[in-house]
Amino acid sequence: MRALALCLSLILATPALAVQPDEMLADPGLEARARMISREIRCPVCQGESIDDSNAQISRDLRLIIRERLVAGDTNQEVIDFVVDRYGEFVLFNPRATGWNWVLWLAGPAMLVVAGGGVFLALRRRSAAPEDRLSAEDEARLRELLKD
Amino acid sequence: MIIELGHFALILALMMAVVQAVLPLWGAQRGNAVLMAVAAPAAVAQFALVAFAFGALTWAFVTSDFSVALVVGNSHTLKPMLYKISGTWGNHEGSLLLWALILALFGASAAWFGAGLPERLRARVIAVQGLIGVAFLAFLLFTSNPFLRMAVPPMDGRDLNPLLQDPGLAFHPPFLYLGYVGLSMSFSFAIAALIEGRIDAAWARWVRPWTLAAWVFLTIGIALGSWWAYYELGWGGFWFWDPVENASFMPWLLSAALLHSAIVVEKRESLKSWTILLAILAFGFSLIGTFIVRSGVITSVHSFANDPERGVFILAILAFFTGGGLLLYAFRASAMEARGVFGLVSRESALVANNILLAVAAFVVFVGTLWPLFAELLLGRVMSVGEPFFNAAFTPFFVALAVILPLGAMLAWKRGDPGRVSAQLAPAALAALAAAVLSVAVVQGQGMAALAVLLPAGAVLALAWRRFPARLRSHLPLIVLAIGVVGFLFAIQTGRSALGPMGVLIGSWVVFGALTDLWSRTGRGADRLGRLMRLPRADWGKAVAHAGVGVVIFAVAAMLAWKTEVITVVDRGEFFDLGPYRVQLAEVREERGPNYFSTMAEMVVTRGGAHVVTLYPEKRVYPVQAMPTTEAAIDYGALRDLYLVIGDPQEGGGWAVRAYIEPFANWLWAGCLMMAFGGLISLSDRRYRIAAGARKAAPARGVPAE
Repeated sequence: MRALALCLSLILATPALAVQPDEMLADPGLEARARMISREIRCPVCQGESIDDSNAQISRDLRLIIRERLVAGDTNQEVIDFVVDRYGEFVLFNPRATGWNWVLWLAGPAMLVVAGGGVFLALRRRSAAPEDRLSAEDEARLRELLKD
Repeated sequence: MIIELGHFALILALMMAVVQAVLPLWGAQRGNAVLMAVAAPAAVAQFALVAFAFGALTWAFVTSDFSVALVVGNSHTLKPMLYKISGTWGNHEGSLLLWALILALFGASAAWFGAGLPERLRARVIAVQGLIGVAFLAFLLFTSNPFLRMAVPPMDGRDLNPLLQDPGLAFHPPFLYLGYVGLSMSFSFAIAALIEGRIDAAWARWVRPWTLAAWVFLTIGIALGSWWAYYELGWGGFWFWDPVENASFMPWLLSAALLHSAIVVEKRESLKSWTILLAILAFGFSLIGTFIVRSGVITSVHSFANDPERGVFILAILAFFTGGGLLLYAFRASAMEARGVFGLVSRESALVANNILLAVAAFVVFVGTLWPLFAELLLGRVMSVGEPFFNAAFTPFFVALAVILPLGAMLAWKRGDPGRVSAQLAPAALAALAAAVLSVAVVQGQGMAALAVLLPAGAVLALAWRRFPARLRSHLPLIVLAIGVVGFLFAIQTGRSALGPMGVLIGSWVVFGALTDLWSRTGRGADRLGRLMRLPRADWGKAVAHAGVGVVIFAVAAMLAWKTEVITVVDRGEFFDLGPYRVQLAEVREERGPNYFSTMAEMVVTRGGAHVVTLYPEKRVYPVQAMPTTEAAIDYGALRDLYLVIGDPQEGGGWAVRAYIEPFANWLWAGCLMMAFGGLISLSDRRYRIAAGARKAAPARGVPAE
């Protein structure tokens, strides 16, 4: 049975589980930066996983590249640009606010301004409108009655 | 034979749904009572037929009938019984049959519990429900027939995806579908009201429990999915902003908005047309969710059962119901006349703000989810939208919602007094601030010192409270919250160091606010505690659900901010440190499960020499699907989870291991349960029960002689 399990594991070549100990940098500051970057980079062949979580070989390669660049002294942005230059915008989980992407970034705030503003105006108009106010005559009559 | 009967029952159900959709609608239009009376029995019959079909399919799975193609594709004789049953809906065809079953169940419920409804409204609601049934049953029969036979049955099946063979995920889809499909009731009521041209408080009183029930199911379903991701995927994440998660989250946000705006219709006869619009949109987003999941148009981690060609059919259903609903709305909404007027500062306005924020939050999720599709089709940009975007774009709206929640919940109807409410909430704001300060101190290891300062300070404040100027008292919450909001946004945009305390601040503000709200309902004078217990259940439900929101906010921030992670290599017998704990890899051995092979580690966790727990993380291989999975071992605790994962053997000897301390993980699920439980308490409120009781009692018996 154990032999069978071994065979299977060889055939399947069970993928490594996300970040591996042997990849990690000795410098904890650099390693933390590497983790931060790799959480924002999408694995090019998986379905919606970051390279930090992914088991794929290409993700491991990317994680190693990121660490290489960091050791070489790149800033976080330079590392990300380096990866995007080679793998395209697709690998960015945090879409850049350029061109049409402004629509994506501003959709929420714009909607809030439009909806909030519209409702505010409507409410102000409505609450300013006379609401069950007594007419002048009624009010005079009320005063009369209250005098007694 | 049973399979053929099931198939036949499904075809009959489609016929019955056509009857259920057409005759009552026509009857209601013509004022024909006989045609309207068809609605209830047709709905019940349709439910019985779909239930029979579903039973037949379940039977095929339970008995491993490999002459059925669906069973071959998704089952295996060695699979445990629970997963044979859950395998029924662990695939495209079966899950749609479950959809249709729940839809028919809701239609039948309208027949069973709707006796108190006006006849015309009831006929129309059941008819619209039938119309949705026609669409989905046709979809099933024409594109996704679960009852197809194999010409040559194989000896054994191809097994269910191992990730789905899990108790959490076995019940995740049914709950989610109860939520999705539950919103069809709100939709049907909205459409019926639009055809009728009028809605009133009674209408809202009917719609609200259905929406509330759907929302409760959605909450539980989403929480189950999140919990599953947390323990199964092996890195302790609980939410990934994955399109499939977003698909369930959007209806959740909108149904939360809907159940709040329905309160305004019920109590104040205002916001009518907005409520109708929300009901249409909420169900529309359920359909969009179904479309996203079932069509696989946006590939994602969870789409195990996708098929692009069927997407077109669902898109047509989506377009017909959402488009048709919105069209009807455009023509008829002006007929909905609002009666209640309210001031700029009032409970109504606060609920409008709640609605705007929830709707905008749903809109952000919607745009973010569909943007990659849009960008690829129209802009030619292949891109991704993931967690960083949603964290930055979604969070501010939810934080704003949490900040105004306690204030809005306590404002009076019609015209509120913000100064008074604010002064009432000042203690809650100060307590929240104290909790945040305490959390910072605890992280620094100065918890006791902070308590020593905070407790006397709190006591002094409490004693001197009445002497403070009223203006200061009423401005305090605003000052505290301003600090909180600025800090939270700062934390989101920059590092994470402030995220934890800010989550504590806002989360406990919501929790303490809910408690203050509940306490303020007890009035003044003696026996407040007694009155607290006798408060209407709706008040308790509101407080519990709102407190649940606060607990969730706190837990999410805590898990993101204070997680401890160790990734290392250890050999048998070696130790490594995990925060205050010491973990020893005692043993690694090969085990065999019913339908998998396992590499199981024995890891002993100690703290200060004392044994804490022994955990057994596994790596499994399911040979039939040729798929490895990780089974993390978790020691659940009130304040933290210990989360251990065993990785691969290393070339230089030893094993890769990953270990986490997940702070307050259980609070996340507890918060979700509180929300759901709050909804249930509210559902059991007297005014719904009385209405139900009166209905049953009145026609059957006369007035009992006393």
